[in-house]
Formats: sequence, structure tokens, C-alpha cells
Amino acid sequence: MKITLKIWRQRDCQSKGEFKEYHLDKVSKDMSFLEMLDTLNIKLIKQGDLPVEFDHDCREGICGQCGVMINGIAHGPLKNTTTCQLHMRSFNDGDTIYVEPFKASAFPIVRDLKVNRSALDHIITSGGYVSVDTGQAPEANSIPVTFEQAEAAFDAAACIGCGACVASCKNSSAALFTSAKISHLAQLPQGDKETSTRVVSMVNQMEEEGFGHCTNTEACEVECPEGISVLNIARMNYEYNRSRLMKK
Amino acid sequence: MIFIKNSVTRKNLMAITGLFLSFFLIIHLLGNLQLLLPAAEAQLQYNSYSHLLGGNIVIKLVSYVLYLCILLHSIDAIYLSFKKRRANGTSYSYDRRGRASSWYSRNMMALGIIIFVFLVIHFKDFWYHYKFGELPVDTNGNKDLYTIVVVAFEQLWYVVLYIVAILALGYHLLHGVFSAHRTMGIYHPMYNRIINIVGKSFAVIITIGYIIIPLFLYFNLQS
Ligand code: HEM
Ligand code: FES
Repeated sequence: MKITLKIWRQRDCQSKGEFKEYHLDKVSKDMSFLEMLDTLNIKLIKQGDLPVEFDHDCREGICGQCGVMINGIAHGPLKNTTTCQLHMRSFNDGDTIYVEPFKASAFPIVRDLKVNRSALDHIITSGGYVSVDTGQAPEANSIPVTFEQAEAAFDAAACIGCGACVASCKNSSAALFTSAKISHLAQLPQGDKETSTRVVSMVNQMEEEGFGHCTNTEACEVECPEGISVLNIARMNYEYNRSRLMKK
Repeated sequence: MIFIKNSVTRKNLMAITGLFLSFFLIIHLLGNLQLLLPAAEAQLQYNSYSHLLGGNIVIKLVSYVLYLCILLHSIDAIYLSFKKRRANGTSYSYDRRGRASSWYSRNMMALGIIIFVFLVIHFKDFWYHYKFGELPVDTNGNKDLYTIVVVAFEQLWYVVLYIVAILALGYHLLHGVFSAHRTMGIYHPMYNRIINIVGKSFAVIITIGYIIIPLFLYFNLQS
């Protein structure tokens, strides 16, 4: 199939970016979106041009490294998929595809489609862990966790931290990301002990990184590759309010 | 209060004030439904009701809380939208994100501004006029607010203004009521389903209830 691409090219976070048009003739429907970009890059390198920079790693939808706006939607038109798991069969012959980086003040552009998502790492560092003494592995059954509890915690833990929630949010809020981690740990006995302190430091860090507030439009859940539930955000608010009111 | 930077706390304030205003909407609607009574009866009853409210100390206190709520709610709205603008940075050149959410959830500020402008007009025409204006009295000796209201709604443009404002309020509530509960931390799926249904029904009932009044007065006077 023939594809016209309009790709955002930007040298670094200071310079101004713009869409540049590219044409690809022999795109297979079975290529993934990133393979299609690889094809373009090979062509660009052969021509002596600079290739398009984009992030990727596993290419199997689990690492959360990939992620661009495709036709104005985070990870493209197909719901609950990462960019690397999107295939060209989701497009038609002759289509024009717009590709833009995720945009938010907290995600400065590194180059082209590559953005710096360290802000999300800072949120995790501020409290997204369980403080345990290292040593021998504890006996697995010494702390009972019910099947339902484990499943619910895992649903929240499925977040791959790609940043699509921030990109899809009209306020560039990282509420879904932050709340998924808070909710994951709050639902397990090992993590719940520190919920009150964790929620305050993670929410504060989220603010400090310059993310916006949540207005419950729920766009994040719709575009999340993992379908993380917005109810996690409500849980984060609950835990935050409880921690503040109880001064725990 | 002005100095709270944390947006979760800010949004809680917004939710509480918004819900208080929503609660007031019920009382205000019930009172105003008296306008739908037969004219002679409505005049006396509505005027004495207004007089009663005007003289009651509890109502007076509640009204101060209401003014404060409108103020805080609006200040919060403005503060948060500045913050959001800073968080967004540069906008997308090609943006189709709208597919994932409802238009009214994305335009709460625009709806709020319509409501605010309406409130200014509404206060000036009725509240200010009633409190500080020279009004004729009815046969019971109460200020004749009823006639002021009825005369106002003889004008088509006034009726249209009200309908536009009430629709804006309706959409504001359609998102607002359920959003407020989320903001305050109700995360159980079952309660969320209930709140979603109750919140949306509330918005629809309030909208219909308020729209009936100007329409009824307008067409009643025409015939
Ligand atoms: C009778 C008047 C009003 C009522 C009953 C009302 C009600 C509400 C409610 C219940 C919420 C939800 C709070 C939350 O999401 O946590 C809300 C949010 C909001 N309101 Fe109002 N409001 C009114 C007037 C206004 C005015 C005058 C403005 C603007 C100046 C405004 C702007 C907003 C904004 C921007 C939001 C945030 C939307 C969001 O977070 O999703 N509202 N309102
Ligand atoms: S590259 Fe790992 S999720 Fe897409």
C-alpha cells in the first residue's frame, strides 16, 4: 500500500518543530507501525537525511517505551494497543497519517517523536515502592492474599508507564499513571502499610513535575493500552483525602 | 485558601462548592415552581414566600454561604485552568483526542462562564431589584416580585437567554455531579454506577424543571 506520512520533525526542545511530508510506496499491511517507520528511516539514511527519532524497546507491548500521537490519538486508532502493536492493516491504501510526539510541559521533546518521560520515573521514585528489608526470600504463603485482591492489584499494576494518559488528557494530567501505582500497592498487605505517606508524596511529586489536574473526562482510560481503570484515580483521591484529614 | 497549590485539594473544594450549589438548585426550583400556579393565587403565594425567605436569618446565612461558594468555585475554576494551560505547553497540530470523551466534560469552563454571566444578569434583574429597588406591593402588602418576574418573561429574548443558560447548567451538571464524587474519592464500582445514574437523572430533571418555568410564563402570557 501507498502511504503519505506527515511526521513532526524537531531538532530539540528549544527549536520549533513542524510536519514534514514523506511518501512510502511498498508498505505491507502486516508491518507494525514501527516497522513502517524503520522502512522510512532506511530510506532517509540512504538519501543521506537524518532518520526520524522515536522511542521503542520490546516491540511487544509490554515495556511502554513506544508511544506517539498517530492521527491525533495516542498510540493510534486501535484501542488498547501500544504503537508497536499497531499494524498497518489499521490503515488504508493512500492514507495520509499524521505522526506527532506526546506533548506536555512535563514531557520535553528530545528530538522528533522522542520525548523525555523522566517525570513519570520521578513520581515512582517518590513513593511507588514497598520498603522491605532485603535478605532471604520470605515464605510465600506467610501473608495471605486472596485471589480477588491479587487480581485487582494486578489490574492496576498492568500500567506500562507509556504516558498515553498524559498525552490524551486535555489537562496533561498524570492522575491515571500515579493512581495506578498507588492503587496497586494499596490493595496488597505489603504495600498498604505505607499508603498514607506514599499517596501524599506521590501526589506532591506529580504536582511538582508540572502535570495538570484531573477533570474526570475519562479520556485516559479509553486510550490506555492496558485499559487501566479511572476508578484508580478516585481511589487515589480517597487515600489522599483520608491521609490529609486523618493527618496520618 | 487562595494559596493552596495542590490540585487534588483544589478540586475537592470545587467539588464541595459545586455540590452545595447543586443542592441549592433543588430548593430554588421547588420554590419557583409556585410560579406555575393560577395567576391570582401564584401572585400572593409567591410574594409571601419571597417575603418569608427575605426575613429569615437562617436563609440569610445560607445565602452568604451560597455567594461564597460561587466565588470559591469560580476562583478555583480560573486557578486550575491557568495551571492546566501551563501543564499543556504547546498544543497538538493535529488533534483527534476528542473521540475519547464527551464535549461537555471538556468544556466545563466554557459552560461555567455562560452560567456566571447568566448569574450576573439574574441577580441584577431579580435579587438586586427585589432587595434595593422600588417595588409595588400586592394586596397582602408584600413586595410584588411575581409581577416583575412575569413581566420579564413576556420578552422572547429573555426567555431564550434563560433557556440557553439552563441548558449550559444542565450540561455542567451532567458531568459535574458525577465528577465531584470521583474527585472526593468514591471508587467502588457499584457506587459509581449508582452515582452516574442518579447524577445524570438529577441534571436532566433540574434542566427540565427550570426550563418549564420561562416557557410556561411566556406561552401563558401569549394566550
Ligand atoms: C449554579 C452554578 C454551578 C453549579 C451548580 C456548579 C456545579 C459544579 C459541579 C458539581 C462541579 C464538579 C466538581 C468536580 O468535578 O469535582 C463543577 C465543576 C466545575 N465548574 Fe461549576 N458549577 C456552577 C457554576 C460554575 C461557574 C460560574 C463556573 C465558572 C466560572 C464553573 C466552572 C466549573 C469548572 C471549570 C469545573 C471543573 C470541571 C471539572 O473539573 O471537570 N462552575 N461545577
Ligand atoms: S516498544 Fe515496548 S511497548 Fe511498544
